[in-house]
Order: sequence, then structure tokens, then C-alpha cells
Amino acid sequence: MKSPFAGTSSDLLPRDAAGETWLAAVIAVLCFIACLACVGAVAADRAAHGWARQLRAEATVQVRPRVGETGLAAAGRAAETLSSVPGVSEAAVMDRKAAEDLLRPWLGEAVLPDLPLPFLVTVRLNPRAPASTVVLSRALAEAGLDASVDDHSLWRGEVERSAALITALSLAGFLLIACAAGAAIVYATRAGLAAQRAVIETLSLSGATEGYIAGLFQTRFGLLAAGAGAVGAVTAAVLVAALRALGGAGGLTAALPLAWSDILLLSPCPLLAGTVALVAARIAAQTTLARAAPDPGTLGGRRSRR
Amino acid sequence: MPAPSRRAAVAESAPETVRLTGVGFGYADSPDVLRDVNLILPRGSFHFLTGPSGAGKSSLLRLLTLAERPTSGRIGLFGQDVTDLGRSAAPPLRRRMGVVFQDFRLLDHLDLFENAALPLRLAGRKRADYAPDVEEMLRWVGLGGRMDAKPPSLSGGEKQRLAIARAVMTKPELIIADEPTGSVDKAMADKLLNLFQSLNKLGATVLIASHDEALAEQSGARRLRLDRGRLLGSVGPRGAA
Repeated sequence: MKSPFAGTSSDLLPRDAAGETWLAAVIAVLCFIACLACVGAVAADRAAHGWARQLRAEATVQVRPRVGETGLAAAGRAAETLSSVPGVSEAAVMDRKAAEDLLRPWLGEAVLPDLPLPFLVTVRLNPRAPASTVVLSRALAEAGLDASVDDHSLWRGEVERSAALITALSLAGFLLIACAAGAAIVYATRAGLAAQRAVIETLSLSGATEGYIAGLFQTRFGLLAAGAGAVGAVTAAVLVAALRALGGAGGLTAALPLAWSDILLLSPCPLLAGTVALVAARIAAQTTLARAAPDPGTLGGRRSRR
Repeated sequence: MPAPSRRAAVAESAPETVRLTGVGFGYADSPDVLRDVNLILPRGSFHFLTGPSGAGKSSLLRLLTLAERPTSGRIGLFGQDVTDLGRSAAPPLRRRMGVVFQDFRLLDHLDLFENAALPLRLAGRKRADYAPDVEEMLRWVGLGGRMDAKPPSLSGGEKQRLAIARAVMTKPELIIADEPTGSVDKAMADKLLNLFQSLNKLGATVLIASHDEALAEQSGARRLRLDRGRLLGSVGPRGAA
């Protein structure tokens, strides 16, 4: 059967000149991992921002009852006071049962009935114009309540720092994988040039320029990498879609909330892989050809026997 | 109208296709294979380069195809000094040559048609333009019925004929052949010699390296004898100096 490339420059290099099938497999795997790293970075960023947003939209108030006043009454008064503060959407007393539910996993069932629990008010803030800690504290003081407000700023900072770190690490991983793909292509191109030395010399002595020969390798590896990149990206997209379908908007784990739009992030992968391969193959081919050819000005020098 | 460049003017007026002046050449791990070679091949001349194995014939041809550079002396091609030529300047000169390699250098993954058409493709010609010429040439060298075959399926003689067909496809100004009749029978050797003579009559300069003294004698061409890296002189037909 006639090659589909017959008569085009693509057929001047033998097929699989440098173990290209294996190279394609390696690039596909690298692209698959890179795609997952990319989606992971975006999802981690989304999760961290979601947590920070939730923390920013909530505050917890601990109320200490005055003499002659029950804790529940003080908490109820605090909730009522805070509900009328601008920037507060809702304030509610956390009853003893809810507090016990929160503590049960940590302390067990046995000690809970006898445990003195703080009287808490959970405050949901207006996400667009949240009331500050100072405003909440002042309102409570003006109402004659002894209370302390925790706006979760300590945790929020930790979460934001962790998220930034995870995002940076994921991006670094993505870049490292892209570099690894480029290095693999450079290595394969050099191997291809070495394996096809006779073909290259024949082309060269038949009048082909170095740019033309380098272009043959560039085209070969560019298309190969683009195809392999597409395979890696599609595989990653299928996995992301499956995780999204199985886990819903929250994802299989709260740390990786996936969105359908994340799949779109993978679409440039074949183009990027092809571009990395184009550049890497061009540089490798030009460098190898320059080393192989006799340099001008070597008169009087000696070359190694080929 | 702009004045022609000095280099172009020299090339146009140069009476010789090849000029070697005091050329020496050696590899790093061995003594010189060529020493003080002086040679002029006038335009349209026909020469045989003879000598025993190891005399330096193939090295001399590699210098002429710009595959190697001399360790001493100067090389001129088509009236241009190419001794210090930059790499990018070599391909246009190579397109003016047709080279038959001793080991054929065929591209095993291409069929016979594509192998023969290679220089035309590299010169940017369209397939529709060159297909009739390639088919005619392959028929002429007796390979017309096997155009779709791949070189590994050919005999040594067939490979040699294909290599010659490829070398002369572009009707080059300089034809360099290394043992072009080494693997063919007498009848085909005569036929191929005829082809080289025909191209020579059309104006091509021909240099054939061969250890076949009889063929060189029969050709009526001048013979250049190379021995242990030295050119011993030029001998005309039937021994005339």
C-alpha cells in the first residue's frame, strides 16, 4: 500500500526512525499527568478560595452570662443584638445538641452530658459587605453582653497560604512535566538523527539544506507530539469527567472540587505539546547537523573518521 | 541594470569546473590520505580517476562533494573557491552535481520512483512535472517495471543503476561517480558508460572513480592515476600524455 505521505516531504524520513511509537507513548503519559496537574492546581485553588470565602462569611461569638442570667438567655440576647447589625445576614444560638454533635467525634458519648460547654452564637455575614469584628464587638458591648468574637481570620490565613502553596506546587509540577516532555523529544530527535545519519547525508549531498532536513524532523516530531498530546488530554478529560460525574460539584473529595469547565483547560494541550516538540526538535536537529557538518575555517584541522 | 558580482563573473568565465591546488586531507587517527593534489577538470571534460584500493579516490570525491574539508590547499568548484565555504552555501552547489556513491546511499523506505526523483523533489520541482522524466530514466536503466519496489528487494546491479539514475536526473553540470559499474555486468557497464558519455556530450563534466582500468581505457577518456594519496598525472586515451 502506498504511504499517505508519498510524494510529500514527510515521507523522506523512515517511519519510526527513533522509536517514535515509544516516544509517543511517553509524551502521551507526560501530557496526561500534566493535564491532571493543571486541573489539580485549578481545583485546589477553587477549594481554597471556597473555604476562605466560607470562613470569611462566618463568625462565631462566645457569650459569657452575667450573674443572674442563664447562658442560653445571654446567647439569645446576643443573637438578637447581632441580627440587627448591618453586614449580618443571620445570627443564631448554637444549642447544646448542635454543640454536642460537633464534639462527639472528638470526645465520645460518655463525657458529653457532664461537660460544661460554651454558649455560642453562629453569625452568617453578608458576603458583599460583611460586618467587621470591631463592629460586632461594639454592638455586643453596647448591649451589655460579655462576649468575644472570632472571625476565623487565623484559619482563613492558613487556608489561603496552603492553597497558594498547593497551586504553586501544581503549576511547578506542570512546568517540570512540560520540560520533561521537551527533553524526551530532544533526546529522541538526536537519536533519530544518529540513526538516520546515512539518510541525512544522502539528502544533504543531494542538495537539501540543513533547514530543510531540520524541518523534516521538526514536522515529524511536532505532529507526533501534538497527536500524543491529544491522546493524553482526551484521556485526562475522560477521567476528569468521570470524577465530576461521580463526585458532583463538590468532587470526590472536598480538596478537589471539579467543574465541567475544567475540561476546557485541557484543550490547548495538543497545541502546547506540538509547540514544545517543534522548538525542541528544531534546536536538536540544527545543533546536531551543525556538529556533523565540516565547519568553515577548519583548514589544517583534522576530522574524526566517520 | 546592476553590475554582476565578482564571484558570479568569475564563475561565468571560469574554464574549469574543478580546481584543486595543493590539496591535502587526513583523518585524525591516520596518516594523510591525500597529499599535495593538484588537479584541473575543464568544463565539459570526461575523466576517469584510477588507482588501487586505499589510494584516496573516495576521499578525493568526498572533498569534491563538500562532505569533507581539506587539511591543506584550496578547492575551487564552478569557478568559486569553496575551501572555506559556509555550510549554508553548500546545498546550491551540490544541486549542480550528481553523485553516485560506492555504497549507493539509496533510501530503503522509498520506492524506486521516489528514490530516483529525490534530487528533483529537493530542487522544488512538482511531481507532475518530473514524473515523465523519472519514469523514462528508470525505463532506460532497465528498472521501468519495478518502480513501486523498494531498494532492499533489488540486486546489487539494480541498486547501482538506480543510484546512477538518481544522480543524473537533474542533468547536473558535474557528475561524480564512485565505482559506478562495480556491480553490473559488462553489457550494463557499457550501457551506463554510454549514458555518462551522452551527458558529457551535453556539457556535463564527468569524473568517474574506478579500479577498472579496462573500462577506463575503453571509454577513451583521460585517466588520472592516484597512488598512496598522490596524483601521479593524467594519461590520455591509449596512453597519450
